[in-house]
This record gives sequence, structure tokens and C-alpha cells, in this order.
Amino acid sequence: MTVYLPIAELSVNIFIILGMGAAVGFLSGMFGVGGGFLITPLLIFYNIPPVVAVATGANQVVASSISGAITHFRRGTIDIKLGTVLLCGGLAGATVGVWIFSFLRRVGQLDLVISLMYVLLLGTVGTLMLIESVSALRKASKNQADALRRPGQHNWVHRLPLKMRFKKSKIYLSVIPVVSLGFGIGILTSVMGVGGGFIMVPAMIYLLRIPTNVVIGTSLFQIIFVSAYTVIVQASANYSVDIVLAFVLMIAGVIGAQYGVRVGQRLRGEQLRALLALLVLAVGLRLAVELVIPPKEIYTVVSAGLGF
Amino acid sequence: MRARILIASLLFGFAGFVSTPVLAEPGDFTEKLDIGISTDEIAITSDFRGADLTIFGAIDGFDQNILAQGKYNIVVALEGPKDNATVRKKERVFGIWINTKSMTFELVPESYSLSSTRDIDTIAPPGDMNNMSIGVDHMRLTPTGYIGDGSNLAEFRDAFRRAREISGVYQRDPGGVQFISSSLFKASVRLPADVPNGVHVVRAYLFRDGMFVAAKALPLRVVKTGIEQAITRAAHESPFVYGVLAVLLAVITGWIASIVFRRD
Repeated sequence: MTVYLPIAELSVNIFIILGMGAAVGFLSGMFGVGGGFLITPLLIFYNIPPVVAVATGANQVVASSISGAITHFRRGTIDIKLGTVLLCGGLAGATVGVWIFSFLRRVGQLDLVISLMYVLLLGTVGTLMLIESVSALRKASKNQADALRRPGQHNWVHRLPLKMRFKKSKIYLSVIPVVSLGFGIGILTSVMGVGGGFIMVPAMIYLLRIPTNVVIGTSLFQIIFVSAYTVIVQASANYSVDIVLAFVLMIAGVIGAQYGVRVGQRLRGEQLRALLALLVLAVGLRLAVELVIPPKEIYTVVSAGLGF
Repeated sequence: MRARILIASLLFGFAGFVSTPVLAEPGDFTEKLDIGISTDEIAITSDFRGADLTIFGAIDGFDQNILAQGKYNIVVALEGPKDNATVRKKERVFGIWINTKSMTFELVPESYSLSSTRDIDTIAPPGDMNNMSIGVDHMRLTPTGYIGDGSNLAEFRDAFRRAREISGVYQRDPGGVQFISSSLFKASVRLPADVPNGVHVVRAYLFRDGMFVAAKALPLRVVKTGIEQAITRAAHESPFVYGVLAVLLAVITGWIASIVFRRD
């Protein structure tokens, strides 16, 4: 059964889109990530113009992050103040990101930069996570306690000025690294269509030393607003949000996520992190291979309307 | 999208429908060409998978002898709305394939479906076809901007044609025009599934023994209908509200999911 996507201006098989949404939803539920870093490349592999894929991916991230955020809100594990500071950086970053996006599109390097950024980010984050989780698995097998460094230990980040007290996180921290982190993730959201949770969460834990229990809720809180902002800005600037595509992805995604969560609960934390690391590396590798193997056709044609 | 339609209608306004560019000098021919299509509008619905369009036509004032010898040939082209198109070439830089050179062609049809009584290269000399811009191989491709010494013009033109033919938006059917009676003919052209919206033009050309005789053109509108139309209109006319609605849809979907699947 085909469905016509009014903004992407092409007909697609609805079952393939449903399958993609469900698979990404399953993985995102299992690992507790938004799934934007999977959905955008998948859509591009399926010939959806990158402009539409990025904007629509951000829309899907809103849906997949919101139910998680509601759960965290009920449990009281969101630091609203910290999230708001992150958000200030995030909104600025997303605005800059949309400029970068439009500029790259004009000079014809958008697809290259999107791929390179994915390869770089997924490669780095995947490798770090893999190393960390494998060593955690080793320790677990030797029955040693998890030796994650706990908050309270200080590094250079904690010597920066403009400190602010975040009561919920029980932390006294400079706003500079927080706003910068939000800003960086904001750029990634609007250029790559990712929520950025897979970078945000480790950065908050290891760099800012924010207690783990508020990290996920707070990052989801900020991701929702930055993604929502990106969707609105992309819709206004590039008319590139395909609401039909987004809706099909969302429905399949939220259902897939429920099953993912169930599977995820049966696995241990280190195992989950190791699997997620492998998945992240696999997506990065797939994109890297695409960049280096000789393309089937070295010419591409784009018309002045949509396209990249 | 709207800009594209606007450009197309402006072109019509100025040139009229029979705007066959630089026609070969018509001689003292008595023949005339008439064509008709069953519809002047194709609606794109949510399950649109392409469409076949049949065009009927007749040769008026034909010469019985020439007709008997089969020396009348007809070419029918369905030209999509025109827009600039950029061809980009990838080259290997430090092991990575990067778009390096590019060339933009001015106002080329976004789709093109050609149907003829036989292979168009056997109908008239290539020079005439080039002048009239008939056929994928003869279509006028004018580069804009700086193109250097122009030595790679042919390479980019070939790449453009190849890419458009592979993607299916440019097609040719050398047997698509058939005579159903002595002077009455039927041509079928195919609209691909990703047919661009806007005003298309059906152009028919009559050739007698290798000479161009007459041409005729009719407009054909391709429009989105129903919900697709409403969504496109909303996205372009009130993009901010559209964006807010897209976010709202996501929020509601996520919220409902959190209620339906609530575990605690």
C-alpha cells in the first residue's frame, strides 16, 4: 500500500515507513534514547530528501521523547532549572544550526556534512561507550563494584565562573558549560535531526557530574523543547516538515518503544550500553562506507525546489 | 512550488500555448494538426502511483499518397513545469567522495515523456530536433553562471539526461503513437509516480517525410487534491501555524502513548 507524502512529494510504501518507525521505536525504548540518530539516516537511505528527513526526524523526536519526559515528571526526576539553562543554549544553537543548514544546502554540501558529522559523532560516542561498557562488564564478572566516579569530585569544569545553584541536582555549577553543551546539541538537532540524548547524557554524567537520577529526565525535558523549536523553524524557513510522514513514524515509534522497554528491562545496564555502542558504531560505519566507496553515479541532479 | 506554477503560467502568458521554440521554417504545407485530451487536470491522490494519459489527434488536409506511404510521423511530448536544475559531480578528495564541480541548467522541464510513431532520430534530422528541442537527447540545456571554458558542458548535459532517465521522470516510447484510422492517431504518455505538480504542456508535432509541418500544444494541470492539497497549502501559506500543529500532533501522540501504556 502506498501513501503519498505531500511535502516530500513522493509516494512511499507505508509498510516500510511503519517498519522503520517501529524498529527505531523498539531500539529507542530498549536503550532509552530518542532514536533521531537512527531515523534520519534511514529516511535518507530510503530516498527521502535530507531536508525533509532532518525536519521530520526532529518532529518524531518530540513524540518519542514526550512520553518518557511525562514519566520522569511524575517521578520528580527532572531538574527544571537546569533544563531551562540548557534550553537557553539549545534554542540559540538550533537557530545557528538552521542558518548553517540553509547555507550548506545552498552550496551543495549538505549531504556530505550531514554524513561526516554522523560518522564523526557516532564513531566517537560509540567507541567511548563500548570501551566504558566492556570494562564495566569485565568488572561485573569479577564481582567488583561499579567504580563510576561520583559527583563531588571536581574537574576543570567546576572552576569556571558564573556559578549557579541547582537544588534538585544538588549541585553548584557554572552556567558556561551548561549553556555551551545546550548550544552544541542545539546545532546538532537542527542540522542532523537528532535529539542529542546520546551525547547529552554522557556529557552531563561525566563532564558536569550531574547525578544520574535527574540526567535522563532533564535531558528529555530540554530535547522536547529544542526539537519542537527546530520543527517550527524548519517548517517556517524550509517548508520541509512532512506531517504525514512524521505521523506514520510516530504511531509506529511509540508502539515499538513499548516493546523495546520490556526487552530493555530484562538486560543489565552494562549489557545495554555495550549493545547501544555496537548499534551506534554500525550506523556510523554504514555512513562511513558510503563516503569512501566509489558511488554508482558520480553526478547528482537537484532542481531548484526541494532537494539538497 | 507556487513559484514554479507562476513561472509556468507567465511563460504561457507571454508566448501563448503554441510556443514551439524556433520552428523549422514551415513551407507550403496544407496539413494541420489537431489534438485533444480527455481531461485538462490530473489529480494526485494519496494512492497515486503514476498515470497513463491518452491523447487523440487528427491530421487535417493530409495528402492521401503520402499517408499511404506512411511518411507522416507524429511526435507527442508531455513537458512538466520548468525549473532550474543543478548537476553536481563528485570527486575523490582525501579518500572521500565530495561534490566538487557543478553546473546549473536554465528552466528545464522537471518531467518529460515522449511518444512517437517511431524512433525520433529516424523522423527528422537531429539538427531540426535540436532546434525545436524535441526529445531528451535534443532538449535545450542552457547553462547559467560561470562555466569556465565550457569543455565539460557535454559531460554535464549527458549526466543530466542520464540521471533524469534513470529516475524515470524523463521517458521515451518510440512506438507510443499509433494510427487508429487513416488520419486519426492515439498517443499514450506516462506520468511517473513522482510527477511534479503544476502546469504541464502536451505538445504534438507533425512531420512529413522528414520535414516539420505543424505543431499543437495543450495545457494539462497536475494538482494535489483533498488532504494532500490542504497540507501543502497549509505548509506554504501559514508555515508557522503548520509547524506548531506538527509539534502539537507529536505532543498528543506521545502523551496518549504514555497514558495507554502506563505501567506504574
